[in-house]
Amino acid sequence: MADLATKGRWRDVDKLLSRPGNIISSGFEPSSTLREEIGEYVRVLVVGAGGLGCELLKDLALSGFKNIDVIDMDTIEVSNLNRQFLFRLQDVGKSKAEVAAKRVMERVSGVNIVPHFCRIEEKDIEFYNDFNIIVLGLDSIEARSYINSVACSFLEYDRDDNPLAETVKPMVDGGTEGFKGHARVILPGTTPCFECNIWLFPPQVKFPLCTLAETPRTAAHCIEYAHLIKWDEVHSGKPFDADDPEHMQWVYSEALKRAELFGITGVTYSLTQGVVKNIIPAIASTNAIVSAACALEALKIVSGCSKTLSNYLTYNGVEGTHIKVTDFVKDNDCLVCGPGTLIELDTSVTLSQFIELLGKHPGLQLSKPSVTHRGNNLYMQSPPILEEMTRPNLALRMFDLLGEVPKDTVHVSGASEKNGKKTSCSRKLRIVFKGVADMTVGMDTTGN
Amino acid sequence: MAAEPKTKYDRQLRIWGDQGQAALEKASICLLNCGPTGSEALKNLVLGGIGSITVVDGSKVEVSDLGNNFMLDEECLGQSRAKCVCSFLQELNDAVKAKFVEESPTTLIDTNPSFFAQFTLVIATQLLENSLLLLDKICRKANVMLVVARSYGLTGMVRISVKEHTVVESKPDHFLDDLRLHNPWPELKQFAKSIDLNVTDPVVHKHTPYIVILVRLAEKWADAHDGCLPSTRQEKKEFKDLIKAHMLNIDEENYKEAIEASFKVSTARGISSQLRHIIEDSAVEVDSSSPDFWILVAALKEFIANEGDGEPPLEGSIPDMTSLTEYYISLQKIYQAKAESDCLVIEQYVKNILKRIGRDPDSISRAYIRNFCRNARKLKVCRYRSIEEELSSPVLPELQKYLTDEDYCFAVGFYILLRAVDRFAANYNRFPGIFDSEMDEDVSRLKSIALSISNDSGFHGSSLSEDLINEMCRFGGAELHAVAAFVGGVASQEVIKLLTKQFIPLTGTFIFNGIDQKSQVLAL
Repeated sequence: MADLATKGRWRDVDKLLSRPGNIISSGFEPSSTLREEIGEYVRVLVVGAGGLGCELLKDLALSGFKNIDVIDMDTIEVSNLNRQFLFRLQDVGKSKAEVAAKRVMERVSGVNIVPHFCRIEEKDIEFYNDFNIIVLGLDSIEARSYINSVACSFLEYDRDDNPLAETVKPMVDGGTEGFKGHARVILPGTTPCFECNIWLFPPQVKFPLCTLAETPRTAAHCIEYAHLIKWDEVHSGKPFDADDPEHMQWVYSEALKRAELFGITGVTYSLTQGVVKNIIPAIASTNAIVSAACALEALKIVSGCSKTLSNYLTYNGVEGTHIKVTDFVKDNDCLVCGPGTLIELDTSVTLSQFIELLGKHPGLQLSKPSVTHRGNNLYMQSPPILEEMTRPNLALRMFDLLGEVPKDTVHVSGASEKNGKKTSCSRKLRIVFKGVADMTVGMDTTGN
Repeated sequence: MAAEPKTKYDRQLRIWGDQGQAALEKASICLLNCGPTGSEALKNLVLGGIGSITVVDGSKVEVSDLGNNFMLDEECLGQSRAKCVCSFLQELNDAVKAKFVEESPTTLIDTNPSFFAQFTLVIATQLLENSLLLLDKICRKANVMLVVARSYGLTGMVRISVKEHTVVESKPDHFLDDLRLHNPWPELKQFAKSIDLNVTDPVVHKHTPYIVILVRLAEKWADAHDGCLPSTRQEKKEFKDLIKAHMLNIDEENYKEAIEASFKVSTARGISSQLRHIIEDSAVEVDSSSPDFWILVAALKEFIANEGDGEPPLEGSIPDMTSLTEYYISLQKIYQAKAESDCLVIEQYVKNILKRIGRDPDSISRAYIRNFCRNARKLKVCRYRSIEEELSSPVLPELQKYLTDEDYCFAVGFYILLRAVDRFAANYNRFPGIFDSEMDEDVSRLKSIALSISNDSGFHGSSLSEDLINEMCRFGGAELHAVAAFVGGVASQEVIKLLTKQFIPLTGTFIFNGIDQKSQVLAL
């Protein structure tokens, strides 16, 4: 009886998963147990438990996914409640990931959601490798870039530079701003990764400091003056905290004074918050639309029950309802999803010299990198205990550490400099030792 | 404890402002059928603080509801679906008045048409063609807005049905600033003249706003070219060279901005064809029953023909640009003053018109008039054909166009098939593909229905793909949660635009394509 009830419960999804179709992806094997198999064996990670994350968890749970993890470092705020429907006023201050997981489990029986209340960088790389698919509901370029670099670091290529299927970590990424949004599918090695067309996300334009200091013209200039210049002048060394209402109030009143001085109008408390925190307007409906598109793609990727989005959808509801799908092509020289950055080393180079080299490499500029090889830690910057354990490796030759092979792949993660800003990233490097004959390649060449 | 609404709604107030929020809070919405499509649509509106909702659904919660509707859980089994969904929605926002009616929407449409007159807007979900046609008539008669949403397997549709929807604040993404560099008025010219372009102080030189640079140099150009402004490509290039010649060094941002904006001095005078359409609309012949919008358009028309000398009232705001503070503030004031004086002229026209049609001359607020003037170049009028008109006589030239495009073709296929499954349901009392055992028969039944719809509506030549017909039967009437959340999401987005009277709502029938996500809007 219980079994019958469950079957009836999933009647609608089962139609799609149990019946053969005419417009499907390769690998679709319809069966009456496909949904249960997906539920049992597929592990999905939702990154972000905010506007998109709440929707995603609901959508995935009601699409047959049963093993879901969610990671988010944020706590619930009152201004989330106009769209993050899993949260109530009494939840303010609690972990988004924890509350969201609990609420969805309460309503959709049989689904297991594991919350992770922490920064995405806090998890070691292997944490991410345990998932079959990663769905991103983020509002920051840096976080997307980081997860993308982690997912792409698992990718391995065969001899002909074709991606090895079992190393491909599919990602579905959503984003919204006001009435606009995007949903995309990233199959590393096949479709462009986040970094391949990073130009889709231009960096935010900042006001020149001289404008703020000398020729302010708009309310935003006055606010940024108070926030970026006046604060430091007055509060020697005390850092500004955008979440402290007293700090915000101070910036607001200073901005007002400045605006009055120059005859500028339009400084309000709300604008002050908007400018200082770079608030992106957000509404429930756009989040719902974009998340639904992402969840549907996730189901299609794991099951093959229909074609998949290829590969970038934009939604614009400002004038009518415009949906456009663009088939972007990947950048074959991409540092992140490509076969890896080629680095040639003398056999005499030690791990410590290698690490130094990573900081100077023009394409990488990695500072404080940790190095892993085939899952083994060669050198870890943190935690202290691991650092101590791996420290002796620093003096050893890379050639020896990699097992005296002519070439191999290593993963490095650290901070990279981009436009004067440090971001966490993970990179895959193809190490080739100079003057060591590659027997296998040699044989292949003669064979052909 | 109640959250400060300002804080709770902060992220959306930044989009539609207090006015938009007030319009939402005043609205009363009726939802027909609270499956996942309807529940999700309503959820997005409840979160945003819609005034009141009334959920109409006659069914009891079944076990299959738990697989696609987040608002329902095990404890709801056997209870009224309307009641359970309503109580979950209420939990999301206690500022919303949530009610439910335990009755089948179809019965309600048939037996109690006056029921719908109390609402601002009706969202009809998962409603079959016959009931929909009836409901559309009822809503049009009662001046109630109707939004139709349907999810079906991996497809679905959203359509608006309103006689007329007028928008003042269309808030387009990209719209040219209204700087009048091609036609500066005396005060602006005078201000520009008061500034020395060849000032020796390098700080002042590189902080002379581009508006001033362009007004001055356009005048200089015109003096040397029989009063004409640059118009050919060659002339525009020469005009840029003229600007460049005034730079002290190549790093002067204000001159770079001037070169970038130099095309604005060559803008054609007059109004856009869209605005012309609106001022030439027959609704501009106003009478006492005319909406305020059209009275304003009538006043606008007078202004353009007279004081405006062919141009709309000035918008009155300028973008940020490299400039000394005092120059910028002076320019702002000059633009604001001109906008204010244009607005006063329009206000006088409005009063005269109101008097003429026998209304109180002060019955339209100054705030509304001012807002109208600021947005005069961006006005939008949307008119929707009734659903019956669309079904009986689709716009054939549009259709022909669609059939030459692969993605549109797919959408047209879904469009026909969505209608075909309704006919199928009317004939067989169930959707095609419900039973595995009758799959093959259902495919051929659905195909013949689809072909007859195709022929009846003049869709000749449209080849319905066999694959699509098969897929439609495979869906077996399933309402997938993710599809419902998407379609319901689009529906709620459109409801927000209709209620706030901001942004431009969907015109046409939105066809969701869940197969490759290449959804389209068909203007039939």
